[in-house]
Parts: sequence; C-alpha cells; structure tokens
Amino acid sequence: MNGDALRTENRELRTAMANDRRPATTDFSIIGKSIAMVDAAGKTTGSGKYTDDLSVPGMLYGKILHSPHPHARIKSIDTSRAEKLDGVVAVVTGKNAPNPFGILPVGHDEYALALDKVRYVGDNVACVAAVSESIAEKALELIEVDYELLPAYFDPEESMKAETGLIHDNKPNNLEKDYHHAFADPDKAFAEADYIAEGRFLANEVTHAAMEPHSTLASFEIDPHIGNPGRLTVWSSTQVPYYLQHKLSLVLEMPMQQIRVIKPLVGGGFGGKSEVIPIEIIAGIAARAARKPVKITYTREEVFWAHRGRPRTIVDLKTGVKNDGRITAVKARVVQDGGAYCSYGVVTILYSGALLGALYDIPNIQYDGYRVLTNKPACGAMRGHGTVNVRFAFESQLDEIAAKLNIDPAEIRRRNLLQPPCITINGLRVLSYGLPECIDQVVTRSRWNECKGKLPKGRGLGIACSHYVSGAANSIIRSDMPHSTVNIKIDRDGGVVVYTGASDIGQGSDTMVAQVAAETFGCSLNRVKVVAADTDLTPIDIGSYSSRVTFMNGNATLRAAQEVKKQIAAAAAKKMNCAPDELVFRNDTVNRKQLAGEGARATQAQPIVSGRVEGQILRGSLQQKRKDEGPKDSMTFEEAVVAAIDFHGALSGTGSYAPPAEARGGKHKGAGVGPSPAYSYSAQVAEVSVDEDTGEVTVHKVWAAHDCGRALNPVSVEGQIIGSVWMGMGQALTEELVWKDGLLMNPGLLEYRSPSSVESPEVEPIIVESIDPEGPFGAKECSEGSLAATIPAIANAIYDAVGIRLHESPFTPERVLAALRAKKNAKPLNLTEGVDPTAPTKFREHGGSTCFKGKGPQRHELDPARQAAQPGDTE
Amino acid sequence: MKKELVALTINGLTHELAIEPNALLLDVLRRDLNLTGSKRGCDDSSCGTCTVLVDGTPMLACTLLAASCEGQEITTVEGVSEHGSLAAIQKAYGDWGGAQCGFCTPGFIMAVKHLLSVNENPTEDEIRAALSGNLCRCTGYTQMYQAIKAAIDAEKQGMAMSR
Repeated sequence: MNGDALRTENRELRTAMANDRRPATTDFSIIGKSIAMVDAAGKTTGSGKYTDDLSVPGMLYGKILHSPHPHARIKSIDTSRAEKLDGVVAVVTGKNAPNPFGILPVGHDEYALALDKVRYVGDNVACVAAVSESIAEKALELIEVDYELLPAYFDPEESMKAETGLIHDNKPNNLEKDYHHAFADPDKAFAEADYIAEGRFLANEVTHAAMEPHSTLASFEIDPHIGNPGRLTVWSSTQVPYYLQHKLSLVLEMPMQQIRVIKPLVGGGFGGKSEVIPIEIIAGIAARAARKPVKITYTREEVFWAHRGRPRTIVDLKTGVKNDGRITAVKARVVQDGGAYCSYGVVTILYSGALLGALYDIPNIQYDGYRVLTNKPACGAMRGHGTVNVRFAFESQLDEIAAKLNIDPAEIRRRNLLQPPCITINGLRVLSYGLPECIDQVVTRSRWNECKGKLPKGRGLGIACSHYVSGAANSIIRSDMPHSTVNIKIDRDGGVVVYTGASDIGQGSDTMVAQVAAETFGCSLNRVKVVAADTDLTPIDIGSYSSRVTFMNGNATLRAAQEVKKQIAAAAAKKMNCAPDELVFRNDTVNRKQLAGEGARATQAQPIVSGRVEGQILRGSLQQKRKDEGPKDSMTFEEAVVAAIDFHGALSGTGSYAPPAEARGGKHKGAGVGPSPAYSYSAQVAEVSVDEDTGEVTVHKVWAAHDCGRALNPVSVEGQIIGSVWMGMGQALTEELVWKDGLLMNPGLLEYRSPSSVESPEVEPIIVESIDPEGPFGAKECSEGSLAATIPAIANAIYDAVGIRLHESPFTPERVLAALRAKKNAKPLNLTEGVDPTAPTKFREHGGSTCFKGKGPQRHELDPARQAAQPGDTE
Repeated sequence: MKKELVALTINGLTHELAIEPNALLLDVLRRDLNLTGSKRGCDDSSCGTCTVLVDGTPMLACTLLAASCEGQEITTVEGVSEHGSLAAIQKAYGDWGGAQCGFCTPGFIMAVKHLLSVNENPTEDEIRAALSGNLCRCTGYTQMYQAIKAAIDAEKQGMAMSR
C-alpha cells in the first residue's frame, strides 16, 4: 500500500470510529473487581489435580529413550532385551506410529518417536511402558540403538552455509523459511534521514521453565460393540487441547471424534505447552501397544529438551531519523536459531517483522527474516512470541539515537506515536491505543524528569515501550471457523453452566469467563460453574496462546450470555407486562428499569435462599399461583429462569467469535501473522545499579504501565504485568541456555538461573484502560505485552548508570565487565581461560545432565563445530 | 527391592505402609497415599515445589527417604487447612494473586507456614529470604508478599476477635 492511499483510509477509519463511539459503561457489579480465581482453593490446599496427580486403575508408567547424538541416522533399534524384562509391558519406536506431525500445517516435520534420524541431543527414540518408573528406566538401558553419526550444526549462520548433510532433506541450506518485506520506500527514506543508527544485537536463547513438567495420561476404553480398544481419552498439560486432538488423530490414524482430550489444571505454560509436544502423542502410542493406560511425565531435564522456547536471535538493525527524532525508516535483518524442527518457527520469524509496526508510526519498513534449522531442541512460541528480541534491539537503538540527538528518551518515543484509529504501513489495524498514557504514567511515577541522569554514580534509569497482539486475527489453520465458541445452559435451579474450550493455564481464564457470564446475567459469581477445555463437552476454542483468550473467548462468552439473557428477558417481560429492554439484571434479580434501585433493596430484605426454596420445592404450586396473581415489578433470577424455561422449553445459548475482516491484515506473503483485533501497550521505567568492580547488575524497581483495554479482574491483571516484567528481567540478567556441542550445559532450574525471591525487584504495575471498542467490556490482553519492554528498559538504565551499551542479552557480569573494560580501552579479561570447550564435563561441576551421566555426545569428525574447536583454541 | 513396613505420621494420622527402603518421601506421599498436593518440579531439589514440614522444619520431600521420617510429624499442604476451611494464608494467597498456575503454591504455603511459626511479624527482607528456596515462574513473587502480609493481619484480627 502506498502512503497516500493509507492516509485516506486512515482518515475514513477515524471518522467511522468517531460516529461509532458509544459511552463506556462503568457501572459494573463483577467486572473490574479484584476477585480470587475460581479455582484458587484447589491450588492453595493441594486438592487441585494436575495431570501428573491423576491415576487410573491398571496404569503403567512410560519412560522415553533419548538420542545422545545431535545428528545421526538410526541404522537399527533392538528392543528385544528390554521387552523381556519383568514388569515391562510394551516398548514402542517410531515404526509404531510413522506419521509426521507439527503444529503448523507447513511444518509437519516431526515424529513422535524418531523414524530414521535423530536431530538433537534429547530427540525421542523409543518409549517403554512398565509397571513402575524404575523398571521402565532399567529397560531403557537394555534398548540397543545403532547410530551412524552425521555432521551437526549449532550456529545458525554456519548452518545456513550447509549444502550436504542437511537436517531436513527438503530444506536447502538448513533454511526453514525466509521472508523479505519492504513497505513504502525504505531506501528513499534512509536517504532523507538526518541521522542513521546501525547495530547488531544478539539475544541468547531462553526457555519457559514452567514449574509443572509436561505430563500426559492416555487411556483407551474397550468398545462394547467390537470388543477391542476404541475411544481414547488423553489428559494432558496442554494450552491447546483441540490441536492435540487433531495431531493425535493424524499420528494415531484415528478419527477426531474417537479422541477426547481433557486439560486438568496446568502448572504454567508461557507457550511451552502451546503446541503438541512428542510426549503427548507417545503416551497414546504406548497405551495402544500396551493395551493399558500409560502416564508419562517428563523429568526437568526432558522439559529443557522439549523446549520450544525463544530462539537465539541475531538482529541487524538500522533506524533512520530526522533531527527532531521522527523515525523515517527501519530496516531489520533477523536470523533465528530455530533448532531441529519447524515448530512455530515460520510464525515466530514473521512476528519479528510484523510487530515492528503497530507500536510507533514508522512510515517505511524493510524486513529480512531467516529462520534457520540447527541440531538443537526446537524453538517455538514463548511469551511475547517473536517480538521480544527485536524489541530489545529497537528500543535500545532508539535510546542510542535519543542520546546522539540530545532528545529525552521518553520524549523521542512521544514524537513517534501513532495517530489511531489507523492502519499501519504493514497492514495492522490499531483502534485503542493507550501508549501515550502509559508513557506519561511511568514518567510521573518514576520521577523520570527529576531523576534521569541525576542519580548517584553507578545508578540509572531507562525507559522502553512494547506491545502485543490480543489474539492472532488469523488462525494457524486457515479456515472460516470461529476462533472461540461458548455454550451456556441454565437449569431450573438457576445455576449457570458455561462450557468453554478456553484453556486455563494459571492465567485465570476460567475466572474471566465466570465474571463475564455473571456480569451479563447480573447474578452472583458462585452461581456460575465453568466447564472448560474438554473436547467432548466444550465447543471448539483454538487454545491459550497469542494472548487471545480474554479477547476472543471473552467475546464468545459475552455473546452466549447475551443470547440466553435475551430469552430470559422475553419470558420475564411477559410476566411483568413490559418490554424486554425495560428490564435490568442485577444482584440476582430482574427488575423493571425505573425500579432498579428498589429492587436491589428488596433483594436484601428477601434473602436469596427463599427464592431457591421457592424455585426448587414449591415450584409449580405456590410460586406459580403467586405469579399468576398479576404482573410484578421484580423477579428473582430463579423465578425469571423458571419462567424462561416454561416459556421456551429449555434455556441454553451459544456465542462465538471470529476476528473482523478489517483486522485480518494486508495481502503480502506472510501478512497473516501480526494482525490482531486489538493491541496491548506497555511503557516501563527500570531503575538499576551496576557494580563496576564485579559487573553485577541489580534491578531495584520497575514501573510498568500496561494498557489492557479494561481490567476485568485488576488483581489478575497486575499479576500478569508483574509476572511479565519479572520474566523479562530474567532474560535480561541471568537466564540463558548454554550449549556445548549440542549438549545443554544447564538443564536444571538452579543452573538455568530463573530468579528467586531475593533476586527479584519491586515491580509497580500501573493499569491503563483505553476501553477497546471491540474487546469484551473493552478488555485487551495483559499477559505478554509487558515482557518485551523490560529488557531494553534495563539495558537503557545500564547506559544511564555507567555509560555502556550492551548489545547481547543476558547482561551477565562477564558481558558487563567486558563492556566496561572496552570503554576504558582496557585489555579484555578471558574468564574461561584454560577451559576446553570440547570437554564439557568441566562445565558441569554442579547439576548438568542427569541422563548422560557426565558423558558428552560423540561428534562426527567433519562436524564444523568440532573443527572450530581445536585444542588450544579456547575462544 | 524388597519392601519393608514403616509407620508414617502425616497430618496427624499414622499410616502403616509397605515401601521399598529407598523410596522417597515425595513418591510415597503422591503414589502410595495419593496426597498429590506436594509436587515434583525438578530432578535435583532446586525448585521447592515438594516442600513439606518434618517436625516443623521445611524439607524437600523429593530428596528425603520416607523410611527416615518414621517417628516424625510430617505436615503436607493437605494438612494446612483448618477444620475443612481455608487457613488465613491459603485464603490470602487466593485473594491477592499469590497463586497463578498454583503448581509451586503448596511448596510456598509450607515455607510461609514455617516462617510464620518462627517469626510472627517478618519484615519484607525476612519474607524474601524465607521464600528464596522456592521457585515460582508466574508471579514474580510480589503478590505473594502482599498475601503474606494480609494473612498476618487476618490472623491478628482473628486472634483479637477470639479474645
């Protein structure tokens, strides 16, 4: 699209929006109130069940044999000795289920168990189902696999040069996917820029490390008609039950309707459970072979191998600005180290480019993205999917530009704001836009104007902004089906049951659904029961990822509730001799509008319990008689429900949500990723101190303002903001997956260094409500958008504190010291002097692999990484 | 390995069990007694999700031999609620967002229970130190501090009322 046409379109959009602006209602009874999650008691008493807490009669335990090699051909597998071990019921390999799968339709490149090749240390080779975990582990040692080693690739830029020994035969140069986008005229815009900043940024690999290790329990039931195993039930720690049902169907060659996926409580996801992990299918394969239920739970080391985290990302970024700080053009070249399988990779590399837009007004964008395969566990979606590392680069570079042009870093961001409603140059529609207020809030609360650049030596402030989608406007499986559907039924007891496919993974979506339904019906929250994420019971919802649940499932719930409410209102209005739209649903009563106040008082005088007694026991006699005596001005919720059921025969309704066509993006190749019905916005200020002797960075406080549209449950919104900032801080300071020869050096929670309570800063969450015109009650996402701003805010604060620019995350003491010494022109320190990287045991004094017992993987002699690491070459 | 009989006192009840001598307390709790509130989050006692109290001291059940706990009072998260109702700390964790996904929560509840048993009025630094053996990946810990302070206040009010 050219700039002029875009400007015209944006003008029309603004006029249309202005005409459509409805006054925002603020008079809510449940929305906007901080409440405990509906499943909180199960979590705090230990009675709530996660997948590994479940067991069924006759259940076996599964254990998986993993590849010790980063890249090898499987010549043969001999399982006979393992099968003979007492207590072993079945041993399965790739031959038991040879169909490929993958989360993206374009990326069906994985096998539940390796078929002919293993592609990373930890790849799944075989599974034993036995009566106990210890017998299964013993049996694993009896499986003999004959491997032929192949050269392996660990560095994406090296991997891209490969012509033979490819990781996947159909991917030349080990390139999963590349995209090249140019919007408007970047070359011309750079020529017109007054100042151009250029730099290379590197963000190392991080992973979700959700506290609950992945777990799956699979059980077949015997079909009474054919006498053989028929239907399969799978309980799994998943964010995407419906995708799991689909992939199980593909691999096990069973119809989807014969598979039931149930999501119990899930102990955190962050994207790590947002696609089908091999364990989830292996359990099904093993259960089928063993003819008994099988449960498999990953060890923590296996969770690190399952991974799907944020890839190591190299960002070459160029930004052109006018002297007043206005951005003229941005050019980004992004290389992602994607690991051995596609996973969400194609989407990740597109997000990295697409979400250069929709935060600031950038009139010209050039983007070149490369998703590269390497012999490491597959990277996938992680909180802030695809946007985080590019945002680190962008916001850091913007800070460098501000310093160069002598503009206040907060001010340069204000000068580049969008003018919503608008459509960005890369086709993203922005309606609600709370970024200006977010910046104002953090500037005020952090006393930015008074403190920036004036704190004592070694202490500094930094600012950065970020944004994220409230759900992808296009599903990964292209179709016209709604993204969310919700059913509601109400019986004569006045209990509201909401059937939703939304997958609560701890973020509180069950609570959100209950709140939306209760608010719509004007009933108390404990009337609402939520049945969620069970493919037999709940209508389809594509899952908990891309921060889509509140916006999309919330809208579907709202629509289902409104449909049911309409039925209740029609019946109640008849009883009250008035029009349905004269009725107000509030405080478990249905009142005529002018009497709303009196009705509320009447309810207080007349406790709910009397209504229930009438509704249940005296229904049809006394109550009916009284109702027949004449029109009333007020009914209890139960009375209205009974009236509606009598009138309609049953009381149920359905609502669904699909993003509007206008929000689905442009027409270019790859335009499907990035568009969203709404974007959340965040601005943050971090205060840090840097110890110039040790290189240690301490984050003292982060002020984080987040535009979530409307906070449906403020305590949850704050929790999500704090959690995002905290996770961003982990990536900024300590978290990093360290690899040597394809072997993960730190596959434990201590070694991975996820921050503990003593290393965590104070985070002040600030909720900004821009009331989105399309969100449920105006709500947008609040769980991902804040993460990306934290890393550059800390980087910029480090610059303010000690004057160094760090271009590689995490900002470990080694990197900080190196930068400090470079600034003083001092000789660099070699902190790993004398350490031989080809002898990984030396790195593992504590922890490390519990699986390989200290032995590193064997390497192919032609391996480029091997050649690079000759003895004596320590760097 | 041949099983042996042990008697374990858990949440005030004594259970006689036949277990392998090398059985870990966490496995006995979860598999033999179906007390699944204590969780397994790691392989190497680094996360704290399996924290239980043994004679009032917080211990990691994942690296503790069950047989070694004979004769000691074991308290798990299932033993924290009072008379079938939420204890103040459990209620506060729910109200203040101290639990998101909830997987680490049982371990934290036990750590807090121990903290408050030895220090009725901890400072924020003391709370941070007491919680530092447990990892949480959702909350960033901040709302836990608020929950703990709220629970202390609620306990004080409760005591004042009962006087």
